[in-house]
Amino acid sequence: MNIVVLVKQVPDTWSERKLTDADHTLDRESADAVLDEINERAVEEALQLQEAHGGEVTVIAMGPDRATDAIRKALSMGADKAIHVSDEALHGSDVLATAKVLAKAIGTVENVDLVIAGNEATDGRAGAVPAILAELLGLPQVTQLRKVTVEGTTIKGERETDEGVAFLEASLPAVVSVTEKINEPRYPSFKGIMAAKKKPVSTVTVADLGIDASEVGLSGAYTQVLEAAPKPPRSAGQRVEDGGDGGSKIAEFLVGQKLI
Amino acid sequence: MPAERLLPTQEAEDLIALVKEIARDELKPHAADAEENEKFPREAFRLLGRSGLLGLPYPEEFGGGEQPYEVYLQALEEVASAWMTVAVGLSVHVMSCYGLATFGTREQQDRWLPEMLEGELLGGYALSEVQAGSDPAAMSTRAVRQGDEYVVNGTKAWITHAGAADFYTLMARTSPDAGRGISCFLAPGETEGLTAATPERKMGLTGSITAQLQFDDVRFGTDRLIGNEGDGLKIALSALDSGRLGIAACAVGLAQAALDEAVAYAKTRTQFGRPIIEFQGLEFLLADMAAAVESARATYLQAARRRDRGLPFRQQASIAKLIATDAAMKVTTDAVQVLGGAGYTRDFPVERYMREAKVLQIFEGTNQIQRLVIGRGLR
Ligand SMILES: Cc1cc2nc3c(=O)[nH]c(=O)nc-3n(C[C@@H](O)[C@H](O)[C@H](O)COP(=O)(O)OP(=O)(O)OC[C@H]3O[C@@H](n4cnc5c(N)ncnc54)[C@H](O)[C@@H]3O)c2cc1C
Ligand SMILES: Cc1cc2nc3c(=O)[nH]c(=O)nc-3n(C[C@H](O)[C@H](O)[C@H](O)COP(=O)(O)OP(=O)(O)OC[C@H]3O[C@@H](n4cnc5c(N)ncnc54)[C@H](O)[C@@H]3O)c2cc1C
Repeated sequence: MNIVVLVKQVPDTWSERKLTDADHTLDRESADAVLDEINERAVEEALQLQEAHGGEVTVIAMGPDRATDAIRKALSMGADKAIHVSDEALHGSDVLATAKVLAKAIGTVENVDLVIAGNEATDGRAGAVPAILAELLGLPQVTQLRKVTVEGTTIKGERETDEGVAFLEASLPAVVSVTEKINEPRYPSFKGIMAAKKKPVSTVTVADLGIDASEVGLSGAYTQVLEAAPKPPRSAGQRVEDGGDGGSKIAEFLVGQKLI
Repeated sequence: MPAERLLPTQEAEDLIALVKEIARDELKPHAADAEENEKFPREAFRLLGRSGLLGLPYPEEFGGGEQPYEVYLQALEEVASAWMTVAVGLSVHVMSCYGLATFGTREQQDRWLPEMLEGELLGGYALSEVQAGSDPAAMSTRAVRQGDEYVVNGTKAWITHAGAADFYTLMARTSPDAGRGISCFLAPGETEGLTAATPERKMGLTGSITAQLQFDDVRFGTDRLIGNEGDGLKIALSALDSGRLGIAACAVGLAQAALDEAVAYAKTRTQFGRPIIEFQGLEFLLADMAAAVESARATYLQAARRRDRGLPFRQQASIAKLIATDAAMKVTTDAVQVLGGAGYTRDFPVERYMREAKVLQIFEGTNQIQRLVIGRGLR
C-alpha cells in the first residue's frame, strides 16, 4: 500500500509566534520551525499501516527552504522518500492554492492508495486543506479520524466530534485526516537520522508541477489579511466570593464557558 | 537562554534536536518526582537505547553512533540539563562499554558489543572498594583462575547501577602486585553469587542507585577477560580519562539548567518595584554564572577535540572535570541565592541541582585527585 503523508513545517508552539508587519503573513524567521506535531502523528499512522500492509511512504511538504528540516524529521522517523515543493512564488498562498499545489505534487507519485494529512495545521488552522484536496483529486474524504484501519481496499475510520463518534468507510484510494488522538508518534532513532541522509528528496517548483505562478502566492489568494493585532494579554481571573452559594456560582461559570 | 551550540555536521544538529525533544518531553517532567521518591528510572534508559543514544561515541559496525566526543558530550550535556541521574547513568554506561570497545578482541567485540551499544542493556563500572577509593591499586577483590573459569570473591563499593545493571566492567586482582596485579573483566549482571546491597542513602542523585556489589564465588568464563591479566588498572584509568569528560559535560548541563532557572526567576520576581534582574548586584551574580557555564563548556570541548584527533588528553580531561564540576557547584549554589527563600524550598529545582552538583566533585576521581593528575602532567 503506497501512502503519501502531507507534512507542514510550522513555528514551534513552544516559542513566541507572530505575524510580519509587511504583509501579515506568518513571521517564519522569528520562531523555531518544526515538523507540525499533528503531522508527526500522520507519519506515525502511515508507518504503522506500512508495517501491516507493506508499500512505500512518501512525504510531501510545501514550504520554504528550511522545510527540509521537517522533511528530514519525517524521513528519520522512517518514511521512504520525500517531495519538497519550494518556490518563492508560493509565499502567502491561501488554502485553495495550497491544496492545488499539493494535489499536483501527489499526482507525481505512482499508485497512491492513501493520502494522510493532519486535521488542522497548528499555525494556519484552516482545517480545510484535506477536504479541498480530496475534491481536487476526486477521491473520497474521511476526515478528523481518531482511528484508522485498512481491510483490503476499504478504509475504515472513527471520526470524533463534540456531537459523538461517527464510523466511516470508503474505498481506496482516499484522503484521510487525523486528529491528535490517533496515536503517539515514535521518536526517530539516531540510526534513523543517519539513514535519512541517504533517502531521496526531490525538490520541485510550481512550474515543475505545471502550475502558473500567478495562481498561487499572495497575488493568487482569494482573500487578504488587511490588518492584524496581537491578542490582548490575558485578563485577571474572575473572583467568586463564597456567601454560601459559591458552589452554584462556580457551576454557572463553568456552564457559561461550555465546560459542563 | 538555552545553550547555543556550534555543531560540526547536519547529523549532529539532528541528533541534538532529538535529544532535546526527548529531554524536554520524556525526562525533565519526571525528574523531580523520581528524585524525591528515590525511583530509579530504568525505563528512561530503555528509551535512550531504542533511540540509539547509549552507544553514540562507538563504531557504527558494532551498533554505535560513530560520533566524535565533541558531539556525544553535547548530547550528554542536554540530558544532564533535564535530569542528572539519567545523564550520569548514560555516562557510566558509555564508560562501561569502553574496556571491551577499546581493549577487547574482535571476537569478544562481535559477541558482546552490539547488544551493549544498540540494545536496551545498561552497564555498570566496578572499580572502587571501601578501602580503595582514591587509591584503586589498594583493591582486594580477587579473581582466581580455575581451568577455563575465573572465580571472583570480594566487595565493590559505590557502584552506580549495582543490582540494576545487565553487565559490569569489573576490575579485580589476579596477582598480589599492587598496580600490575589487577585485571579487567566483562562480568554478567545476573549470575550466581552476585548480589547488590541496599542502596546508599545519598544527599543528591537520589534517583540513581549507588550500592555495594558483593561477589561470592562468582564464576564466569576466561573469555570474559578484557586485555591481558595485569592490564586492569591501565584500562580502568584510560576509561576514566574519557569518563571524566562525560562528568564535565554533565556538570555543564546541570549548571546551564541552574542558570536558566535563575535568569527566568530574576526577570519575573520584583522587589523595590523592579524585576530583581535590574539590580546590578544581582545581575553581576548572574553574569558570573553565565561566564562560568560558558568557560566550562569551552574547556571540556577543547579536551574532547584533542581526543577526537587522537592527541593525548588525560591532563585536559582532568582540567575539564575540575573546572566544570567546581563551576557547577558554584553556579547551582548561586542559583539558590538568586531565588532567595523560594530557592531553598523543594518547590523549585535549584536546591536539588545544588545537591546534585556536589557529587560531581567527588566521583570518577575527587577534584583533589584531578589536581594530582594535572600536576603529574606538569612534571
Ligand atoms: C497569518 C496567516 C494568515 C492567513 N490568511 C489566509 C487567508 O486570508 N486566506 C486563506 O485562504 N488562507 C490564509 N492563511 C492560511 C494559509 O496560508 C495556510 O497556512 C495554508 O494554505 C495551509 O492551510 P493550513 O495550514 O491552515 O491547513 P490545514 O487545512 O489546517 O492543514 C491540514 C493539513 O493539511 C496539510 N498541509 C497544509 N499545508 C501544507 C503544506 N504547506 N505542505 C504540506 N502539507 C500541508 C497538513 O497535513 C496539515 O496537517 C493564513 C495563514 C496564516 C498563518
Ligand atoms: C554517587 C556515587 C557514585 C559512584 N559511582 C561509582 C561507580 O560507578 N564505580 C566506581 O568504581 N566508583 C564509584 N564511586 C566511587 C567514587 O569514585 C569514590 O567515592 C571516589 O573515587 C573517592 O573515593 P573515596 O570515597 O574512598 O574517598 P577517599 O579516597 O577516602 O578520599 C577522602 C578525601 O581524601 C582526599 N584524598 C584522597 N587521596 C588524596 C591525595 N593523594 N591527595 C589529596 N587528597 C586526597 C579526597 O580528595 C577526599 O577529599 C561513586 C561514588 C559516589 C559518591
